[in-house]
Amino acid sequence: MFDVRNVSKTFCLHHQGGTEITVLKDASFQVGSGECVALTGPSGAGKSTILRLLYGNYLLQDGYIRIGNTDLAKAAPRDILSMRQSHLGYVSQFLRVLPRVSTLKVVCEPMLKAGMDAVAAETRAKDLLHKLRIPDRLWHLSPLTFSGGEQQRVNIARGLGPTYPALLLDEPTASLDAANRETVLELINVARQDGAAIIGIFHDKAAREQVCDREIDVSNFGVGYVHA
Amino acid sequence: MTALFSAKSITKKYGRQIGCEDVSFDVYAGEVLGIVGESGSGKSTLLNCISGQIGFDSGSVHFDMRDRGFCDMATLSEPERRFLARTDMAFVHQNPRDGLRMAVSAGGNIGERLMNIGARHYGDIRATASEWMSRVELSTNRIDDRPFAFSGGMQQRLQIARNLVTAPRLIFMDEPTGGLDVSVQARLLDLLRGLVQELGLAVIIVTHDLAVVRMLADRMMVMQQGRVVEEGLADQVLDDPQHAYSQLLVSSVLQV
Repeated sequence: MFDVRNVSKTFCLHHQGGTEITVLKDASFQVGSGECVALTGPSGAGKSTILRLLYGNYLLQDGYIRIGNTDLAKAAPRDILSMRQSHLGYVSQFLRVLPRVSTLKVVCEPMLKAGMDAVAAETRAKDLLHKLRIPDRLWHLSPLTFSGGEQQRVNIARGLGPTYPALLLDEPTASLDAANRETVLELINVARQDGAAIIGIFHDKAAREQVCDREIDVSNFGVGYVHA
Repeated sequence: MTALFSAKSITKKYGRQIGCEDVSFDVYAGEVLGIVGESGSGKSTLLNCISGQIGFDSGSVHFDMRDRGFCDMATLSEPERRFLARTDMAFVHQNPRDGLRMAVSAGGNIGERLMNIGARHYGDIRATASEWMSRVELSTNRIDDRPFAFSGGMQQRLQIARNLVTAPRLIFMDEPTGGLDVSVQARLLDLLRGLVQELGLAVIIVTHDLAVVRMLADRMMVMQQGRVVEEGLADQVLDDPQHAYSQLLVSSVLQV
């Protein structure tokens, strides 16, 4: 599902003296359907950079990435958008939604975009919110007023709502209590059993052991901070 | 899928001054394109050119017409162009007074667009106008007031309701959220996003508010001195800008 070959990423900061920061060099790995793989390495090693490159959030300048049938280096913005809608889910660390939109609507949105009908999406959203212990009296409120942990669970409900064949998870269990952490890991396991290819960052070693088939150490691709 | 709207090499000069130069892009149904840049970068000029508000020196603009497919807008007759501007296209001006009839009641402003597409039943027109006033958070008690009795932000919301009521297929917007309270801004962006998703309408929005672009746009173009210096996925250009000017824009946003 994910095929990554010789990917390098350098940021050029034009307004800070043209500093060039190389974060990744020659990253290569594959992840198949039904497989859950953890990216590991110290902070700053480039784990999030890899996720963002895979999601098309960072521009791929050097190397080859294929997700399903999409070749990211050649894909037009429109192709990346349609891939995100139906094929590739992403749970980021932060919830970024419009203010004043209800939690239920926020969770339904990605499912509607993926082509589910409104009734099925709402049923699934309620089920997920329920499982993730967001009390139903909060469902009609905007999640931006929620606590950090609640926001993260709403984010997870958004990312796991549609049945994506490929999933990217950026620290999905970081600010959760034990019970919710367990629920999230179960949901990830279900997605994996449904055949999703999953790449995640989990700082929590026990979580990695519970859901991941193997680990990829990103520091092998990293080069530290090299100034040109 | 084919494009709903496409602009090819649009160039507009004001004497020796460049308004915009060699700008090309296309927009599909259900897509939102954000155009950003500093004042004087040519974004409003570009929007005015492609929407037929002003003429341009070279280039062409095509629109996928309901009855005859993809057409060069320059080949349309004046009545056809005017009909299109009243039905399938809409333009939300930066200054609401440019897009409203100031001497006609709020309800009349919305109702007029409905009558343009054939609505004749007074009760229905008034009911729809009233519904749209509440969708943009205007009090329906003000339906018979004239826009000059409204505040700037209220006028802007009325202009947006007037333009959206007939569900045009393509909407041009020039800084539509500039004069709005942030609370209303959020509600309007949600309304627009809903319409884009439900009706598959396309939006070309000029703004200097990068938060609006992030929340609304699928793709974006960054303009500087009349030229497009960077374009791509909206979140990619915002999170990983390549051009020096885009980096400057993105890094200059104040955090709340």
